[in-house]
Amino acid sequence: MLEVKDLVVNYGAIQAIKKVNFTINTGEIVTLIGANGAGKSTILKTISGIMRPVSGQVIYLDQPIQTKAVPKIVRAGISQVPEGRHIFPGLSVQENLQMGAFLRKDHQNINQTYADVYQYFPVLKQRRHQDAATLSGGEQQMLAMGRALMAKPKLMLLDEPSMGLAPIFINEIFDIIQAINAAGTTVLLIEQNANKALAIADRGYVLASGEVKLSGTGQELLANQAVQRAYLGG
Amino acid sequence: MKANFKYNLAWLGVMVLGFVIIDACEFLGIINTFIENMLVTMGINIILATGLNLIIGFSGQFSLGHAGFMAIGAYATGIITQNIATPLGFYLSMGVGIIIAMIAALIVGIPTLRLRGDYLAIATMGAAEIIRILINNFKITNGAAGLFNIPPLVTWVTVYVLMCLTTIITVNFIHSRNGRAIMSVREDEIAAEAMGINTTRWKLAAFVFGAGTAAIGGSLHAAYIQTIAPGDFNIMASIAILIIVVLGGVGSITGTFVAAMVLGALDTILQNFGTLRMIIYALALILIMIFKPAGLLGNWEFSFKRLSRRLRKESAIHE
Repeated sequence: MLEVKDLVVNYGAIQAIKKVNFTINTGEIVTLIGANGAGKSTILKTISGIMRPVSGQVIYLDQPIQTKAVPKIVRAGISQVPEGRHIFPGLSVQENLQMGAFLRKDHQNINQTYADVYQYFPVLKQRRHQDAATLSGGEQQMLAMGRALMAKPKLMLLDEPSMGLAPIFINEIFDIIQAINAAGTTVLLIEQNANKALAIADRGYVLASGEVKLSGTGQELLANQAVQRAYLGG
Repeated sequence: MKANFKYNLAWLGVMVLGFVIIDACEFLGIINTFIENMLVTMGINIILATGLNLIIGFSGQFSLGHAGFMAIGAYATGIITQNIATPLGFYLSMGVGIIIAMIAALIVGIPTLRLRGDYLAIATMGAAEIIRILINNFKITNGAAGLFNIPPLVTWVTVYVLMCLTTIITVNFIHSRNGRAIMSVREDEIAAEAMGINTTRWKLAAFVFGAGTAAIGGSLHAAYIQTIAPGDFNIMASIAILIIVVLGGVGSITGTFVAAMVLGALDTILQNFGTLRMIIYALALILIMIFKPAGLLGNWEFSFKRLSRRLRKESAIHE
């Protein structure tokens, strides 16, 4: 579904991504793990069109998209849950969700998507008229995910969904990621919480200093000695 | 759209009621020329401040150049109605003013809306100064002397109707899909971009829309006061509009209405105090800002929709 080929991205003068290659097949959960500054978020921003690569390609459904504008990429079915949630605090929960569906043309189906999102996250339905700022951290993460789902993505990009959350919320969030995936959405999951991410991922890539150091299935990487030493505290 | 229709109808009812009340007062002689003047100034200020509130309160862009766009509308009306002194001429001039102001806003906005906060304020202030200095030096605008004997083609009725129209259009714009896009950019630019919203385009849309309403205010000002000069549209004029927005509550159109009326009334009452007037006026502003830092109404908005939701809830409890 998505193929990243020889991707090079600069962050100012620094080369943040050095010739990265990876693929995501339809229906998979793929995770990119790595320490702070490994370049995980940069890759995600490049896929979603917010950052531009110096060279290399991002091929989505057989089309190169690395030069396309963000709205075109969103419309093509890639939606993202940004790092740090970035909800719209002064808008109501429902308005936040509405913004996720901003580019959709099939207005008659949007109500169905609301129902789907409220099924994943019943708490959002209870709070739909509240300002998003009044939600707890975990609820805000759910809102950010719900908002991304409102675009009816084929591929959902999640940037550090577990960041700053209580363990009980982390478990819930990861369960829901699996449920969303089971319902047919391909997922690219970026995480520092390597344990959790690899446990639900079909495949994973380990990133360090802008390069892919290791790749394999989630289980393989979980069992890998080097990964354990570096990321799993083993 | 259909759901909003009901609430628009309710607002229309309020507006018609307001009209009838003012008209009755006029008929009974309660409103003399002095008070009518005050009411018209309030109406024009509401139009100007509503547009500025869209820019500042809803798109979150700090503009200090509103008087520049107002000047464009005023001069369009001054120049055109001196040649075509009919009501049709007035509306034509208003249309021309709106179009020129919107084009000017596009030219100003494209390079400056990348800036944020203070920088944008200074840039828009500069743009308004450029407009004023151009007007000061053109022959067609009669330079620093300004235009006088502009035909009096505007009555309080015109101002009232246009005030209602611009408010209805602005409020509906805010509550539309476009308005939500504009607010999302204010709330979180990164997230808005991630949703596929072209942030620059929507900031520009709010800025251009606001400039258009400023031109309407300027047109009415020119045709009602009948005399305009470049000095009327200096930075102090922009700040006067800004004061209404901030005092009423950034992001509250209801607040803009209240502030424009309170300040208009205060200004009129204080005319008896001579030179003390400006001191008392300034003092009142300082006091309001100390005790109500978010403005008189904060971002609270009167809404028939919420009212009807609450009433329905209450009646459900009573049953």
